[in-house]
Amino acid sequence: MSTGIYITVMAVITYVIRMIPFTFFRKKIKSEFVRSFLYYIPYAVLSAMTLPAILYSTGDMMTAAVGTVIALVLAYLGCPLIVVALAASVGAYIAGLF
Amino acid sequence: MSSKFIKGMSHGLPVALGYFSVSFGFGIKAVMSGLSPVAASVISLTSLTSAGQAAGVDIIAAGGTLLEMILVQLTINLRYSLMSLSLSQKLDKKFTMPHRLLASYGITDEIFAVCSSQPGLLTPAYMYGMIFIAAIGWVSGTFVGASAGEILPQSVSSAMGIVLYGMFLAIIIPPARKEKSILFVISLSAVLSLLFYYAFRFVSSGFAMIICAVISAAAGAILFPHKD
Repeated sequence: MSTGIYITVMAVITYVIRMIPFTFFRKKIKSEFVRSFLYYIPYAVLSAMTLPAILYSTGDMMTAAVGTVIALVLAYLGCPLIVVALAASVGAYIAGLF
Repeated sequence: MSSKFIKGMSHGLPVALGYFSVSFGFGIKAVMSGLSPVAASVISLTSLTSAGQAAGVDIIAAGGTLLEMILVQLTINLRYSLMSLSLSQKLDKKFTMPHRLLASYGITDEIFAVCSSQPGLLTPAYMYGMIFIAAIGWVSGTFVGASAGEILPQSVSSAMGIVLYGMFLAIIIPPARKEKSILFVISLSAVLSLLFYYAFRFVSSGFAMIICAVISAAAGAILFPHKD
């Protein structure tokens, strides 16, 4: 089968999943439960995506742990996203030198 | 260029940098699976997603069926419909149908995360700015990785693997510090995620993420109804 067909199918499915709720859901949701649920969803998704994946993100749990601790501390102090993200990476890199 | 577009670009910069490093790895993987750098870049441009693309390339390499491709993409990417639904609740009036059709292309985990943490309503220009720069990072990283993957020292490319996760922590920790309900939700979700990862390995990572998120957000909604 041609690679182009696969690529087209991937693109269409991925787009439609994003497009339908975003485009056709126009009402404001009234239910307090649903509103609260949607309010918490981003935090829940990101937390599940981060743990435990962050510990395997560098291929070495030691360097990843160093980066994670740095990110946690800087995030707790309220540093900007880019600072937290890059400091975690630099920390993991430096830890990898030892 | 509107100031909203520029603001979107600046908020999207960490996303773009993280994407560059992650898609760099995707580019290497795609070429090893037999795709050309151009094909790999077209996949990144048209799908704009990480896990779905990686799984898609595996199916292409194995010569899988289109039905398999459809089911895998649906499962892995189903989370986007939850994110789209959540974002649909905070769109500015300027978001007419054509803008919605266009901007929905760019709803990724990270863009969703940054957009949903913004105070106030989202405008099309803001989202376009963020999507634009993030897509540049994602596609260019793929192309560079696919074309020249071996040039970058291993120590640098592996350290770049943590960038996106660092950004996730920067998004969830500050609000968790302010609201104990959010702290509860992220803690529950993290515990469930660890449980799936170490105890229930037979659940695919896409499904596991959906289950963790739905249970924790629902528990948060029941125990701590959010007033706004």
